Amino acid sequence: MSILVYIEQAEGKVKKTSLEAVSFANALAAQTGEGDVVAVALGTISKEELAAVGKAGASKVLHGADSKLDAGVIQAHASAVAQAFGQVEAKTLVLAKSSLGDAVAARLAIKLKAGLVSNVVDLPKTDGGYIVKRSIYTGKAFAETTVTTENKILAIKKNAIDLKLDGTDAQVEEFAVSLNESDFASKITSTERATGDVLLPEADIVVSGGRGLKGPENWGMVEEMAKILGAATACSKPVSDLGWRPHHEHVGQTGIKVAPTLYIAIGISGAIQHLAGVNSSKCIVVINKDPDAPFFKAADYGIVGDAFEIVPKLNEAFKAEL
Amino acid sequence: MKILVCITHVPDTTSKIQFTADNTKFDSTGVQYIIGPYDDYALARAVELRDQASGKLTVLNVGEADSDPTLRKALAIGADDAIRVNSAPKDSYFVAQQIAHYAKEGGYDLILMGRESIDFNGGMVHGMVGELLGIPSFSPVMKLDVDGSSVKMAREIEGGKEMLEATLPLIAGCQEPIAEWKIPNMRGIMSARTKPLTVVEPVSQDTQAEASKYELPPAKGAVKLVDKDNVAELVRLLKNEAKVL
Repeated sequence: MSILVYIEQAEGKVKKTSLEAVSFANALAAQTGEGDVVAVALGTISKEELAAVGKAGASKVLHGADSKLDAGVIQAHASAVAQAFGQVEAKTLVLAKSSLGDAVAARLAIKLKAGLVSNVVDLPKTDGGYIVKRSIYTGKAFAETTVTTENKILAIKKNAIDLKLDGTDAQVEEFAVSLNESDFASKITSTERATGDVLLPEADIVVSGGRGLKGPENWGMVEEMAKILGAATACSKPVSDLGWRPHHEHVGQTGIKVAPTLYIAIGISGAIQHLAGVNSSKCIVVINKDPDAPFFKAADYGIVGDAFEIVPKLNEAFKAEL
Repeated sequence: MKILVCITHVPDTTSKIQFTADNTKFDSTGVQYIIGPYDDYALARAVELRDQASGKLTVLNVGEADSDPTLRKALAIGADDAIRVNSAPKDSYFVAQQIAHYAKEGGYDLILMGRESIDFNGGMVHGMVGELLGIPSFSPVMKLDVDGSSVKMAREIEGGKEMLEATLPLIAGCQEPIAEWKIPNMRGIMSARTKPLTVVEPVSQDTQAEASKYELPPAKGAVKLVDKDNVAELVRLLKNEAKVL
């Protein structure tokens, strides 16, 4: 028996959130005695990169190398992971919440007759019963969820556990996936992705701008700060509605929900809908000229003043310190 | 084309979240309920598609009688009829089974809903229904065009989007900018009163992962303000006190 972890890749690299899922599974296995942790990776990716998943706590990686799985076709990935689940006689599947992970997990819940909990923020309580803590109301509350099925799927939220990379390389094993035509009933015709940048949902630091920046031409200093800090850039809803920034940068209730270590908000007033997207951040810094901006109530640190004056100075200070 | 849109009946995004009965129940005192914002996008797109293809648009909710005004609002926005599965939505699996049953019975070509509900945020129901019905599921879908039985979609992925092609029947979890929210007009509100709203009973009581207890996050301490002429102090605090750099 093993705990299975579905790991994802981006441009040939295993995603950091997937490594967190492996660390989570490793801690869970130690708690429940469910054996070792086996990861399953799909599509073209190097053996070295997969072996390194062992550092996060996997003893083995099943590699379904079929290049048809390079694209994240939801049904095909769900079929492949279900096969891996059977092969390692798992009772528990762990994965990181993501655009593809969520879509695959939902289908697997039915395929595997597994109780599925999403937005998991902590290891389950397993002494008598199986109680999982999840984030609800867009980060404004938590719920304890009782899972009653034998098979279980946990889709974990970013930062649910500290990533530990103290293990040794995993054994990488070829995994023959049997796929049929109906698994490829849909076709991904093209993909547009901002390359080379830090992906917003996975970023440890996020620098975000709002309407206070007055126009898209003023984003240079935001991008500069992101570059200095190795951060992703984000924006508020009005900014993406106005077309100043692309929709995939919109953070908030109806946009991306982020959980970075550090969130820096520049010229964002902090409407409740925006806070819903950032309230899982560890540390929030707010720069706003209005001392009564609601965002200051949700912030750890703040500077009251003109962003156009403060941000360039702050960029210099970051450069000097880092 | 027959379209089914599944909507949630959820607290307004500005609601104060509180719990009662020893943290086992959501406190709805003073809370305004709305159509889930993502479901609202799905509904708006469905109205456009229905009008293009002169099809029929049914809206469905799994909920108790207090959901009826929310369903009436969906009828006012443009749905032709409504179904309410008469039960509290106990968990994603419970809801997915009801939708799968009534979707199959109605023989819908296209099933749309929001990418997730804004109360439990699971984002799992569309995928479960897809698997239960053996049809493809997609989420989060930000663009969806139908031409005959072929469907072109854009699905949001981390840092961008992917373009997809599939054929009906399928199910999609929607988000902006798939369509602009529609505000019901007076004619819509009047006609909604007489459109059929059918109440049906749940077909299964099975659940897999029900919430049993709630808690609020710990209160946030007061913000530490740094003088605008001393920004280096902020960098020092982030590095040495918060330890986030």
